[in-house]
Amino acid sequence: MPQYLLGVWHDNDYDMDFSTPDAQRLSAQVGAFNDELQRTGTWVFGAGLHPASSATVVRSTKGDVSMTDGPYAESKEQMGGFWVIEAPDLDAALDWAAKAAAACEGPVEVRPMQG
Amino acid sequence: MTDRLDAVFRREAGRCTATLIRVLGDIDLAEDAVAEAFAVAAERWPADGVPPNPGGWILTTARNRAIDRLRRESTRTDRHVAAHRLHVDSLEPDDTTELDDLDAFADVVADDQLRLMFLCCHPALNADAQVALTLRLLGGLDTDEIARAFVVPEATMAQRIVRAKRKLRDNHAPYRIPRPAELPDRLDAVLATIYLIFTEGHTATSGDALTRVDLSNEAIRLGRVLVELMPDEPEAVGLLALMLLTEARRPARVDDDGSMVRLADQDRARWDRALVDEGHALVRACLRRNQPGPFQVQAAIAAVHADAPTADATDWSQIVALYDQLYAMRPNAVVALNRAIAIAELDGPGAGLAALASIDDAAALADYQPYHAGRADLLARAGHVHEAVAAYDRALDLTTNPAEREFLGRQRRSTQKNLT
Repeated sequence: MPQYLLGVWHDNDYDMDFSTPDAQRLSAQVGAFNDELQRTGTWVFGAGLHPASSATVVRSTKGDVSMTDGPYAESKEQMGGFWVIEAPDLDAALDWAAKAAAACEGPVEVRPMQG
Repeated sequence: MTDRLDAVFRREAGRCTATLIRVLGDIDLAEDAVAEAFAVAAERWPADGVPPNPGGWILTTARNRAIDRLRRESTRTDRHVAAHRLHVDSLEPDDTTELDDLDAFADVVADDQLRLMFLCCHPALNADAQVALTLRLLGGLDTDEIARAFVVPEATMAQRIVRAKRKLRDNHAPYRIPRPAELPDRLDAVLATIYLIFTEGHTATSGDALTRVDLSNEAIRLGRVLVELMPDEPEAVGLLALMLLTEARRPARVDDDGSMVRLADQDRARWDRALVDEGHALVRACLRRNQPGPFQVQAAIAAVHADAPTADATDWSQIVALYDQLYAMRPNAVVALNRAIAIAELDGPGAGLAALASIDDAAALADYQPYHAGRADLLARAGHVHEAVAAYDRALDLTTNPAEREFLGRQRRSTQKNLT
């Protein structure tokens, strides 16, 4: 069955304070969504990410390894979390993405996985 | 024979492609196979004569060629082939009994055309891609024809079509008719695409006139197919009626100098009566059904215009009432603009200008040529000559169409004469 990446996008400086009511609400919504994915056999993997400022980019050129501090793309928006789901077709994946967007109250990008 | 072949192609290419996509699960393979089958036909039919069921002949030939090719290329792993397929519920390339007797499976073939319409107008594609794919796959138009019609370089159009097809394939877009719950939204996208093709052909933002008529005709042909396939969708009927009633005015829309003629000034004897009558009959059928929607209301407005033997005899109160109804369904600035212009006809230019001034979302009209042209006309009629000339200048800045430019220039000159 085809697999799709559902990526959640945030502003670059997004950082969740889990003590706030907003964060509590979002956590509950995303938790319920995760349960539904697992119950229906749609779940493959999913995780929230630490802010993009925590990223390191590693390059390997002919064995020479170099590192830079921060995300690869200097962008106002960064991926803040993602799911990998299994769905029969695009329309099913889009339906799940609509639920994901409602749960995390932000835009969700759907990308088909190769293979 | 070439004409005969062309006629068969126009009628059958979309139908054959639609069925082969389901059988093969691959858009490119289906397109290539149909093209190959028509090439074989061009070779054989002049000598052997046109077969009794040309569509069935093309489809069977195309299917056989495609299956031969799939077998030749089966060195690729099955997994790879499957990964590049659309998601088709019942996919069995060798189970093609139905193709041998197309007429007995007319329902299946009709459903295939619907599947293809919904695929081409998939909401995951942008409007440009939806239009291009619809014309390519359902209309059987060549990429260079579509490029010329939309005045973009052929390479741009080719890239647009390739990208759209690849997106559908990589995403495993389903090849099916949407479920009842999703149907309203998905059908709206199909109707909007067909109407976009029609208006591009009708308003001619640029490009040569001949290609434009072809676009309108193709949109009407697609509208007819859709009504045939979904006779119980009143909005599909409404869209067809709207296109027919608008198209009926074409012979009167441009004068002998190529300048645009306003509805009010058109020689109504030049309207195409057959199209008017057909459009009217469809509007009446919609009214009887009483499930109004935006396309049906717009068709009804066009029908009121068509009913009037002269512009002065137009029933403007009915038109304003219909615009009120349309605005309730689609509260956007363009509808509000058209409503204001109808109000001006009913209650005078002052009332029209007041209605224009009260448009909530007027910022949306800032770069909309018809707004400035309509406002200029109302200002001129209300005696505000300076403001009218300024509004004509703005409209002229925004128009890209030669016939429109000619018309607006003339209006501006005659308004300015009143200054001296």
